[in-house]
Amino acid sequence: MKETAGMSIIVKRITKITVSLIFLFGVYILLHGHLTPGGGFAGGVIIALSFIHLVLAFGKDVALTRMNLAVASVIESLGGLLFWGIALLGFLGGYFFLNVLPHGRPFDLFSSGIILVCNVAIFLKVGAGLFSIFLALALLRMPVDDKETHR
Amino acid sequence: MLPFFVIIPLGCAFLIPLVSKVKEEWTGLLANLCGLSLLALSIKGIFWVKTGVKIYTVGGWLPPFGICMALDALNACMLLVVNLIGFLALMYSLDYIKKYTSPGLFYTLFCLLLAGLNGVSVTGDLFNMFVFFEITSIACFALVAFGTEAQELEASLKYLVLGSIADTLILLAIGLLLGKVSTLNMADIARSLKVTGPDNLVLYSTGLFFVGFALKAGLVPFHAWLPDAHPSAPAPMSAMLSGVVIKVVGIYALVRVLFNIIGFSAMASEICIWLGIISMIVGVLLAIGQWDFKRLLAYHSVSQIGYVIFGIGLGTPLGIIGGLFHLCNHSLFKSLLFLNAGSVEYATGTRRLDELSGLSSQMPVTSKTSLVASLSIAGVPPLCGFWSKLIIIVAAFQAHHLAGAVACIAVGMVTLASFLKVQKYAFIVKAKEAVSVIKEAPVLMTLAMSILAFLCILVGLCVFPVINTVIKPAAEVLLSGTGYAGWILGGR
Amino acid sequence: MSLYLLCMVLMAVGIYCMLVKKNLVKKIIGLGIMEYAINLFFILMGYRQGGEAPILDKQTPIANFVDPLPQALILTSIVIGLGVTSLMVALVVRIYEKYKTFDINEIRKLKG
Repeated sequence: MKETAGMSIIVKRITKITVSLIFLFGVYILLHGHLTPGGGFAGGVIIALSFIHLVLAFGKDVALTRMNLAVASVIESLGGLLFWGIALLGFLGGYFFLNVLPHGRPFDLFSSGIILVCNVAIFLKVGAGLFSIFLALALLRMPVDDKETHR
Repeated sequence: MLPFFVIIPLGCAFLIPLVSKVKEEWTGLLANLCGLSLLALSIKGIFWVKTGVKIYTVGGWLPPFGICMALDALNACMLLVVNLIGFLALMYSLDYIKKYTSPGLFYTLFCLLLAGLNGVSVTGDLFNMFVFFEITSIACFALVAFGTEAQELEASLKYLVLGSIADTLILLAIGLLLGKVSTLNMADIARSLKVTGPDNLVLYSTGLFFVGFALKAGLVPFHAWLPDAHPSAPAPMSAMLSGVVIKVVGIYALVRVLFNIIGFSAMASEICIWLGIISMIVGVLLAIGQWDFKRLLAYHSVSQIGYVIFGIGLGTPLGIIGGLFHLCNHSLFKSLLFLNAGSVEYATGTRRLDELSGLSSQMPVTSKTSLVASLSIAGVPPLCGFWSKLIIIVAAFQAHHLAGAVACIAVGMVTLASFLKVQKYAFIVKAKEAVSVIKEAPVLMTLAMSILAFLCILVGLCVFPVINTVIKPAAEVLLSGTGYAGWILGGR
Repeated sequence: MSLYLLCMVLMAVGIYCMLVKKNLVKKIIGLGIMEYAINLFFILMGYRQGGEAPILDKQTPIANFVDPLPQALILTSIVIGLGVTSLMVALVVRIYEKYKTFDINEIRKLKG
């Protein structure tokens, strides 16, 4: 079965417009995590979806030029280390995980201390992690046999 | 000091993928450094807890609103067991992992496993314990399938299906308790349940907890995943699984919930005793006919965990001391046996007893340590296994439970027979034809095995200091039952 | 009360699927159903009569909110469910590569 690179031309045209919108939406959900529902995990999933959208529409070779597995792995580890470092920073205040950054006024974008930085760390880890999982499953080559294998 | 038990392995687990891109050999050293520091911390913890229960409020939020970490004598005992076996398994795996392709992945998963196990032991909040449970489970599933051969994948799938059902049942039980008392702090739940008294909801969630934790601990009839999962993992991971994971995630969590939160009733005692007796007998009967070395050890794990649950289920002080002491001893000698099996496989390439022959001359350290471990598990004096089995049998007679005591003695004799078979076929009897040149295992592997054997003998010789320092305070925590709540909340 | 019973029925369906069905992909779906049922149960636990969504806003003062604690717990549980599901999918894909079938009666190399 010859592998076609992605889907039809209509899908490719629309994808060029919507990928950046999805990316922006994910960043919005992330940054307002302490004000509206969502936060790091939901934002990370939406970002990973935008990259998966690229893989589905254009085939994996084009998407891999934007973000390949090695870069995704490094971003994932950096996200985890950022979260760990922020938690350790709480020791400056005396307790593990204390809220040490300035709190600001309520309902501001930059209020509530470390929650924003934690959200960004979770976003990096979840986004890169989900994209790596999808690529690992999509890059797997299944053996093609002739005999009936489905039950 | 308390959060460092979780900080150190988590930090290493996040760092190791980055380090493995730079240089692959440093990952092993980093993991071993992490294990050594955890071991030092847990030894300090045993002496630190003598002055009373230590509490750490994470983030400065006071309990019952925030998550608190509590260190009492039972936690300290568990932490010591976890970190000791973890460090020795890491030292062993520095050489063993050369048989597999990606050491960086192994050390990442292993550090995550250590973080999860330490987290379960040290936390004082029920949902936090569940989150660390899941971290442990996911690391275990991935590590059992590490070799990605056909059999290992199948074993990991079986473990995954049953393990996730267990996790969901435990979460359901936590949800039911949350609906009743509206708090998640263990001490606070104990206090609320003492005020409102037992009713059907608490009984239902106790039943769900029992099934969930028994699935994780590998008690009969929930043991179906154990004989497949334990042999298929790489040897240091088998040692961790059989020596630590089924104890911390199964027995410790069950005991903590039953004794300190819900309160130990007579019905729970009966269930524990009968589960223990059935596990003992079924485990050892299924183990006799095995010809695969590691599968035989896995079935013996089922049987020995039956001893532990039987001892703890008796409910008397001597019974609980016996059960906890057997838990610690079993970690020592079962991990040693699995590490031996691993080094035999490393040297000869096979695990089947009828294909091995006469290794005692070619692998002296492995055969001597396996002799120590086999005598210990069979209950031969003066090694450690003898003392813990003796205490359990005496406690059974004291509680007038003659059926259990007779079962203990009979199972002990069958265990001795089974391990004599292992020693005979693997190490003593020489084959008729010439076998290929078999070398002793590399230095780090023999060092880890010798340390464990030395500890078996040491604990066996200095029984009473060990019991008074480590085991008796832990048993007192359990016996105080729901009085645990007073220490955590009162000592604020 | 009937809502709680429906959650329990859903969870029983999930456990039945995971244990009884022979196809591995159906077991993965059973895992998903089980996870969703337990999450629904937790959120039901947090419901208060006449409560609103617990989002603090400049216009809405602190009024009759539903309990936000189970919702935070469920966020964690959903992420954990994602991890376990992706691990199970990866395992099933690898098993198909080795055994060439999804039927568990054929996947029986470990016996005894």
